[in-house]
Amino acid sequence: MAPRSMVGRVTSAKIVIAGGFGVGKTTLVGSVSEITPLTTEAIMTSAGEGVDDNRQVPGKTTTTVAMDFGRITIDRDLILYLFGTPGQTRFWFMWDELVRGAIGAVVLVDTRRLADCFAAIDFFEHRQLPYLVAINCFDGVQYHGADDVRDALAISPEVPVVTCDARGRESTKHVLISLVEYVLSMRRQRTAARA
Amino acid sequence: MTDRDEPTGALVRPYAVTRGRTRPRLEIALEALVETTVRGRTAGGRDGAGNGREQQFIAALCDGRLQSLAEIAARMQLPLGVARVLIADMAADGLVAVYEPTSFEDNDAVGTELLERVLSGLRRL
Repeated sequence: MAPRSMVGRVTSAKIVIAGGFGVGKTTLVGSVSEITPLTTEAIMTSAGEGVDDNRQVPGKTTTTVAMDFGRITIDRDLILYLFGTPGQTRFWFMWDELVRGAIGAVVLVDTRRLADCFAAIDFFEHRQLPYLVAINCFDGVQYHGADDVRDALAISPEVPVVTCDARGRESTKHVLISLVEYVLSMRRQRTAARA
Repeated sequence: MTDRDEPTGALVRPYAVTRGRTRPRLEIALEALVETTVRGRTAGGRDGAGNGREQQFIAALCDGRLQSLAEIAARMQLPLGVARVLIADMAADGLVAVYEPTSFEDNDAVGTELLERVLSGLRRL
């Protein structure tokens, strides 16, 4: 269905921003977004099998999942969206849709609560979505070094680990640029390996 | 990130505006872009279809401005699934154009070119 030619075609791309509750995902999105981050909601039945016709089961409970997102106009015909993941792991159904077609993901971590990001990393590795780890330095304080974090997360050596201040536009820009550079370098390696 | 178990007031009977339909006529990605067509703009005054008010809102929102499904749903305070059904109906009637995101996997060269454009755009910010 997708046209093959890119010339003059209107299109969009997205980057997923993941991390534990309160780690600063929405702050990071807001620091670089051209719009105040918006919240969009999805409704799911409790069984989590997708939005479906449940009129026959009036007692079925539903869950509302909220996601915050921002927008960056790259070009007149190319818009980049940054989607924050729903904080809780019981909302995995929404993650499927979030990662589908994404450029990659930023896993934002607070080194004081490192375990909060394990589930996100597992998910991206399982889906083979490229990601980087961004250590959010609250109040300019970094509690553990990038190497310590890499060891603690047991991630492969090629995954970039960067530090950032999610409140800062330049810092967030740097994180996003690092991610896209990483995704591009992996593609080039893959292409070279095939040739 | 908000975490709500109870639907908010705006979400009361959310599928009423789609007359209970939960399946869109076409799948639309979260970040797919929507733009009002000439036909959608001129059809604004008419209120023949059952979803008139919501459709008019979408037609005005996306008139000369690209808006993603996620943005439309957020600005209308409608759940994604509801907005998806409405937009798919409008697309089927030629009132809006829907631009799906480019797949990075289908075509290596196209995907790489798009990534390079995103990268240089981010550097220019």
